[in-house]
Amino acid sequence: MFVLFALMPLLSGLVWSEDDSFFWIVFTTKVLILSLFGLSFDLAWGYAGLMSFGQALFFGGAGYVVAVMSRDLGISSIFIVLPVAVAVGLVLAMLLAAFLLSGSRTPSIIFIAFGTLTGSYAGERLARAWYYLGGQNGVSITKALTIGDMPLYEGVGFYYLALGFLVAAYVGCRILVRSQFGLVLAGIRDREERITFLGYKVQLTRAIVFTLSGAIAGLGGGLYAFHEGFVWPALMGPIYSTQAMLYVILGGVSTLIGAVIGVAAIEFATIILIDYLRDFWVIILGFLLLLVIMFRPMGLLGMLVSNRERIGSFRWRGANSKSDTRGD
Amino acid sequence: MALLEVKGVCKTFGKLVALDAVNLTVENQQFHGLIGPNGSGKSTLLKSIAGAERPEEGTLSFLGEDISTTPPAIRARRGMSLKFQITSVFNLLSVYDNILLSLQAAHSLLSLAGSRSRQKLHTQVLDTLSEFGIEARADDLAGNLSHGEQQWLEIAMALAPGPRLLLLDEPTAGMSPEERRVTGELLRPIKERCSMLIVEHDLDFIKDLSDVITVFDQGQVLDNGTPEQIENSERVKEVYLTRV
Repeated sequence: MFVLFALMPLLSGLVWSEDDSFFWIVFTTKVLILSLFGLSFDLAWGYAGLMSFGQALFFGGAGYVVAVMSRDLGISSIFIVLPVAVAVGLVLAMLLAAFLLSGSRTPSIIFIAFGTLTGSYAGERLARAWYYLGGQNGVSITKALTIGDMPLYEGVGFYYLALGFLVAAYVGCRILVRSQFGLVLAGIRDREERITFLGYKVQLTRAIVFTLSGAIAGLGGGLYAFHEGFVWPALMGPIYSTQAMLYVILGGVSTLIGAVIGVAAIEFATIILIDYLRDFWVIILGFLLLLVIMFRPMGLLGMLVSNRERIGSFRWRGANSKSDTRGD
Repeated sequence: MALLEVKGVCKTFGKLVALDAVNLTVENQQFHGLIGPNGSGKSTLLKSIAGAERPEEGTLSFLGEDISTTPPAIRARRGMSLKFQITSVFNLLSVYDNILLSLQAAHSLLSLAGSRSRQKLHTQVLDTLSEFGIEARADDLAGNLSHGEQQWLEIAMALAPGPRLLLLDEPTAGMSPEERRVTGELLRPIKERCSMLIVEHDLDFIKDLSDVITVFDQGQVLDNGTPEQIENSERVKEVYLTRV
């Protein structure tokens, strides 16, 4: 998947005209950034078991902060913008996690879903109502993201930047979920009520993963704001939060790469088919998602990957890992 | 100092009095059996000790510290290990991963994120599996084990982190006589390593293992003593042996 993405700008010139090629590179950049958003939801739901209906709060919240920084302070350096975006997503997720997960009782899925949804809804309402944040009109970003003195406009440069961050986030998440920490997450998903009696602090573990997912969404939000040159209230709201969920449900929950597949499938199908099917496409997309939820609740990847492969093995596979070479 | 002291513990579920001012002491390196008819409060006491239930009255002390309000995870980290009555291994994980999950519980989350102890714990996992005779099934899903094997796996998980006190709730429930015999043989050597509080219905099974037996009836301690004393107790014969 990532190899295809890496080759896309190189091959696009062979397939499309220069203008078309530029269009598809810009569009795919958006797909790559949204994949970070999808990845963040899969980490929260697929691995920590937290049904976050508020993922857009971290994505849009980070987008708004960097947009305002750019507008009011003229800051567009990547070395400031992206760390700030990550920090905003991280802090917002940490605060929400502290609120939702610090009770003495185990929070239910409904409580988490409504709690995060409320956060996302409140963020959107705040952005709509607050003049400083541009109200309904949002905030425009007139400056390009810069690396040193070099501006990074839409196109191949931004594309590879987004791809680099997506690959880094994916690899980081992959290492985490296949680590011994990932085994704890697998145990929590399997038997939450049991694992606490082994000595694990379940809610703390979940809060850490949720916070990390917020940081990844924040990174995506920062990139998205500069790529689109604009942030608007819905970017923080329930519609975008639901979108993240749909990407992952379609692609495959608890797979990480399923989030990327889901974003690519929905976004490319939408841009290609909307010309032919117009408003019907939205209805067809909704129907397709319903079919997936009903018949393939593990998403498209669920058709190819078994539960066993999805969870993986945490056994040490080093040089002396076989029982007959233990030397005892 | 006793390892575990239960003083005046009361627990009710609505109008049902599950535990009524229960007192119990477990000493170091002691195997303590709990028997009694169904619904007599044995499992509720075990759950209260592990932190799964919170008693309304009374105190629980472990290693001299009051743990009455301590969360279950902290009790486990202090050296208390529980095997549930209903088998509750991690079905979607391999047998190996179940043991690893149990062994690594004392490690910090940061160290787990770096998988720092995976290699170090590998031999321990294999040794534990070998001790319980399920080494050959290390890579199988725990959910695919037979009932008896799942029970052994769960006992192995409870024992693996080296607890000070092992709480076993009906470890032979649903087992064949042969599996029961094997379980007895597996548990006997554990005495060198920790104390055990074991709930069982089978008096023959528990009397061979236990140093002390406490008999429960209707949420109260009916009698307490060595297996011989309990076998000869008229009160126990009257209430327990005729009813179970």
